[in-house]
Parts: sequence; C-alpha cells; structure tokens
Amino acid sequence: MAYSLPLSKPSIGASGLTGYWRLRRPSVSYDKCIKCYLCWLYCPDSTVDINERGDVVIDYKYCKGCGICSNVCPVKAIVMVDE
Amino acid sequence: MLSIKDLPKEKYVLPGHSACPGCPESLGLRFVGMALGKDVILVIPAGCSSIIQGVMPSSSLSMRVLNVPFASAAAVAAGISNIRGLLDIKVIPVVWAGDGATADIGFASLSGAAERNDDLIYVCVDNEAYMNTGIQRSSLTPYGAWTTTSVTGKKEGKKELPLIMLIHKVPYIATASIAYPIDFISKLRKAASIKGFKYIHLHAPCPVGWRFDPSKTVEVARLAIEVGAWILFEAEEGRVRINPPSTIYVDKSKRRDVREYLDIQGRFKGLDGREIDVIKKLIDDNWNVLLKLT
Amino acid sequence: MMTIKVLTGNYAVAEAVKLSGVNLITAYPITPQTPIVEKLSEYVDLGLIKASFVRVESEFSALAVAYGASICGARSFTATSSHGLLYMHEMLWWVAGSRVPLVMAVVTRAIGPPWNIWDEHTDLLDQRDTGWLISFAEDNQEVLDTIIQLYRITEDPRVYLPGILGLDGFLLSHTSEPVDIPDEHIIKSFLKPRSQPYTLCGDELITMGNLPRARDAMFMRYDIHLSMERAKRVIKEVDLEYSKLVGRSYGGLVECYRCENSKYLLVGMGAWVGNMKDVCDELRDEGYSVGVLKVRFFRPFPYEEVVGHLSGIRGALVFDRSISLGSLGHLHLEILARASSIGKHTIIKGLIAGLAGVDVGVKEIKESTIKFINEIEELGYVKDSSEWLL
Repeated sequence: MAYSLPLSKPSIGASGLTGYWRLRRPSVSYDKCIKCYLCWLYCPDSTVDINERGDVVIDYKYCKGCGICSNVCPVKAIVMVDE
Repeated sequence: MLSIKDLPKEKYVLPGHSACPGCPESLGLRFVGMALGKDVILVIPAGCSSIIQGVMPSSSLSMRVLNVPFASAAAVAAGISNIRGLLDIKVIPVVWAGDGATADIGFASLSGAAERNDDLIYVCVDNEAYMNTGIQRSSLTPYGAWTTTSVTGKKEGKKELPLIMLIHKVPYIATASIAYPIDFISKLRKAASIKGFKYIHLHAPCPVGWRFDPSKTVEVARLAIEVGAWILFEAEEGRVRINPPSTIYVDKSKRRDVREYLDIQGRFKGLDGREIDVIKKLIDDNWNVLLKLT
Repeated sequence: MMTIKVLTGNYAVAEAVKLSGVNLITAYPITPQTPIVEKLSEYVDLGLIKASFVRVESEFSALAVAYGASICGARSFTATSSHGLLYMHEMLWWVAGSRVPLVMAVVTRAIGPPWNIWDEHTDLLDQRDTGWLISFAEDNQEVLDTIIQLYRITEDPRVYLPGILGLDGFLLSHTSEPVDIPDEHIIKSFLKPRSQPYTLCGDELITMGNLPRARDAMFMRYDIHLSMERAKRVIKEVDLEYSKLVGRSYGGLVECYRCENSKYLLVGMGAWVGNMKDVCDELRDEGYSVGVLKVRFFRPFPYEEVVGHLSGIRGALVFDRSISLGSLGHLHLEILARASSIGKHTIIKGLIAGLAGVDVGVKEIKESTIKFINEIEELGYVKDSSEWLL
C-alpha cells in the first residue's frame, strides 16, 4: 500500500544550496589558526568541518556567510571578505 | 569538565537548512545533538525551528522529529514519555519550544506536564519574541524592546519563567546560553540522567529580531551574561546554584555597564534614561530574588 | 460464555476499552462523559486494565498526550463532549493528518452559551471535516461493540485514520440497558496487535510534519480521501466478522429497518433511531408503508447505501438533532448532496428537532411522520423542505 505520509528523512541541503545566500565569505589563514575549533563549535550551519589533518575547512556550498566563525576566532585567523 | 575535543563531530543539524544566517536556534539544536545523540526524539511546536527543518521529503535535522501544534508540545512529549515503560522504548523526549510556545500559548500544557512530573526534558529556546511570524512581542520579550507589536518598546517586564518552573518543584531546572555550549551540553546530559520533569531555558539572541549583525550572535549572548541580564543557574530538587561565569557577576561591581548590551542591539535604540534605569532595576531585582533562593 | 450486565452507555464504553487492550488512557472530566474516565481510572487502579492513565490538565492535552503515545506505538483512548471536543478541535486535525489510529468516545452534548449539559449532536458533527471516522450508536450494546470494532477498523492498513464513537448524552450515557459483554479471549483474537503506518520511536530517524511542496500536501489530503473510501468496505467486513463471533450485526455502514417495499423512510442517527423503529412498527400496524434508515457511520458518509435505499421511494423524512447554523441539519445536507443520484421522484424533507436537549419521543416522531406522509399524499409535494420542530 503506497501512502502519502507527512514524513521526511534527514538530508543535506533540505533548503537548497544555501551558499548562494552569501554576501561575504569567511577566509581562513591557516598560518594563524591555533586549532581551538571555536569556529567549528559556534557555526549554526554545520559548515565548518575539521579534516583528517585537523584543519578547519569551510563548506562553501552551504555556508551562509553569517560571520560568527570570524567573530569568535580568538586570533583573527578568519576574516570576512566580500563574496 | 567537557572540552571541545570531547564533543561528537557527527552532524545532527545538516548544512543547507533554512535558518537565518547567524541563527541561535540552529546552533542550539547542534548542541542538543552533541549532548544526547541518537536517542532523542525532538518534539517541536510551531516556531522558527519548524521552518529550519527545510522542505519535504528532506529534513535538516538528523534526529527523530515530531512537529506538533503550537500549544501541545509538553503534552505530546508527556504521551511519548508515558508509554516508554509499557512498550519498552528507549527514546529521550526533548521538547524544543520557543518562548511564545512555552510562556504564552503552551503555558497550560507546560504547567500540566510539570505538575505531573512527566519524565521529559523541556528546552525553551528563548529568542524573546514571536520571531517566526516576524518579530512580535511575547511575554518573554524584555522591557523596552522594540517588536512590531511593541513599537515604542515593551511596557511590561519579562515573565520569569525559570522561577515559575522552580516553584513547580520539578527535579531539575536550569538556564543556559548558546554562548556557553559546554555548560548547556552538560546540563542536558545531567537532565537526561534524572527522572522526572526537567526544564532548561536557553537564551538565544536573534540577529534579525534584536537587530544586530549576524556575526555577533555569540557575542551578544555573552554580553547578556556579563551585564547580568541573563543569569546562568541551575536548581536540583529546588536547591539553586549560580553557575560560572555568572558567579563572577554576583558581585554587582563586576558586571559590565548594561548600556553595552543595549547599544549593540537595534531593538533597544532610543531608550531614555528613565527606561534604562528601569532595566537596571529589573536586573538588580532578578539577582536579589535569585540570591535569596540559593 | 456470555456475560450480561446492566450498564449505562458510559460504563459500556469503559467495558469496551477494558476489552480492547489499550496501552494508554487520558482523562479529563466533562458532563456527561465523566463516569467514563472515573470507571476507567478505577479499572486501571485495580489492575483490570494494564494501561497508563494520564490525568491531563485540559481536553486539548487529553488528545495531545494520547497522540504522542499513539505515534510511538500505543493503542490509546480518550473521551470527551461538547466544549471539550471543541477545545481539542485543532488536535483532531493533527491526529488525522498524521495518519495515527486512535479511538475516542464522544458523548454528545449541546454547545453554549447558554450553558447546557443536555443532548445535541452538533458538537460531534462539527468535527465532520477533520478526517476522523465518525460513528453513532443507537443503544448501549452498539456502544460497546462499535468501540471494539473501531480499534480494528482504524488500525486496518487500508484505513489508518482515527475514529470516534458517538453516543447520546444522558439518553444513552446515563441510561441503563442490558449489555452482553463478549469473552475477553474472543475479543483478544479479534483485535490483532496494534498496527500503524510508522512509529516515531523506532530506530529510523524520521521527521513528521515539516514543510511540504503544495502538490505533495494536496496529495496527502487525497490519500486520506482514498482511505475514507476504502474504510467503507473495511467497516462492513469488520462488522461481518464480529457478528460471526458474537451473533450481532449492525449492517456495516447503515441499517435498514423494515425497508423492503417501504414507500416512506425515516432517516436518522443515534439513540432516537430506536424511537423511530417503534414509530415504524406502530405505523405499519396502522397501515402505513414506512421503514427506518439508520445511518451508523457519518464519516465516511455511506452515500451509495443511502442513495440505494432512497431511490425510488416516495418520501424521506430526515431527522437532525443538529444544525449547521445558516444552513440545514448535517444529515440533511449530506443526503441533499446526492439528491440528483436519488432522483426527483423522491421527496426529501429535513426536520430539525431535539436541539439543546428538547425531548423528542415516539409521540413527536409519529406526529411528524404522519404529517409528512399526509402532505405528500394530498399535495404531491411538501411546502417546507426543511422545518424546525420547536
């Protein structure tokens, strides 16, 4: 029996490619980064990833450019630049 | 004491959701996922978080989510909680409700669940207005704040929901802030280990509704605590304990000038001296009452 | 082994719930339903029903708590009336739209102002749009049997919708009648283990109810419509299967009493259908050609059966103990919707009677029927196609 049930499954991009929302983008200076991961902790969109080498990587497909990562970075390793 | 490195890296909030840039609710939901993991069932009444989930058949939340009518969240969660023993189910019901759903329209079912001591965790994610419908005032909007329905600033104070829940004599209540995720996560885990009704009130500054740059969400949340306008505390079996860093601000002289908190937000623009004095007094009164309960 | 107890309608509800293997009952008192929740509370405390009993703080929460439990796999029950039913109206829509099987008893009662505890059907029929199955009992035996049947019907994969059993406030709820209580083990095998389309408390991480695309949402409504259509067959099947176990059948969706070769039919729902049957017997003895069409399920509306019985007859007098203010009685409206299928030959008249608890018995029904029949026999038509019996 096929139903039309009001059910959804978890999926990335449930509201589309939110990277297109950006007016500014975060730019990471790896020489300054101290790997405190506060940017990863405070990103509301889960678009700050940590790769196998422990580097912070921004997912620009979905990053909305809110700038929280830049704001919380204690060493100013992330700056917001115009998109 | 948990550190950032201890937190699970798994994504419970998936990228590509519809929250506004800098949204504290989506941030808070990440922390709920980190705290409680796969066992959670989120019961979400109407509010911003209903929309943040995105469009069917996709959902941005990698958790069990039950969307429910505005006033019903505590009751629906109570039903889920109640049936677990009989049906041998292991989920943790967590209500994720905004200030409007909690303090206004859902107040009766909140109080009912608390009185019955239903075994669930109730998180009120407080962005201090009906944000999803475009910034209208709720009973948790603070004095003096602009909203579309308090255009000259709210004339009433903020309803003291944490204290109201304290007087319900439930096993655990706490306040939290998205600026202090480790504290929030610890409180969620502690709540999950206690049987009965647990209430956590999460302060969630909204860039769109409070009128500040979206990059400052965490900064504003931190400032609220530094000026003493938001107090981190918890109460187990009614015994109130102030949590750090609010412990520093018990001493009034250590609190930063409330004007720093007011000036960074557009919703407090244009307050006159008399109104700022009212705000200062409200902050002092809150501290006085709370300290009497410690 | 048959056990016959003298039970009020309310206690018949409680007995049925006791037999139905429910996991959760929510309770909020409202006249005239209160004895149901009191009796169920007693049964749970005595261990006669192994269920969780939640004393909620409002009717809205009564349905909300039952919904939460049900969506996680519980077979649940709640009951209400009148203002309580109106208060939970939003929740009714949510339960049906979520496709969660759940059974509720509604003891019908007039709506205020002014405050009124007596019988009227409007509160129940006001829920006709919500997607709930709506059934109406004629006597306390049917109350008990239909609640049990509803658990089977609502949990059938062809249906998966919640259902209501309506019973007349005071006329049934507080009136004692002998009721045969089937054996527990018979009902246990009749009622399969609980079935529902999905659970929100299983291993799968699913979200229920976030924003849809418009067309997908319309299709969900259409799916409920299809389930309602399929429910008609399920209701008949279940009634037949149940009758083989206990020896009683209610005819499925409708019951036609002495309908064969009737020129005229009385159409109604609920307790007063019993009075209509008495009137029918008396009138037949006096030479009138009269029968009674009892509508047992209002949703899904059994228009095929109704059209079938009304086509070709001379006149149908439809009794409504309810009113859609600004229009007509609910049953009358449903029947008129199919007037073109019934045919111009049949004169359909609606009678609105017994609102707010006004007593309507055999005398009043008989007088109205004779008046109706005489008017048609003399004039060939009725002057008023809808009339209030004040």
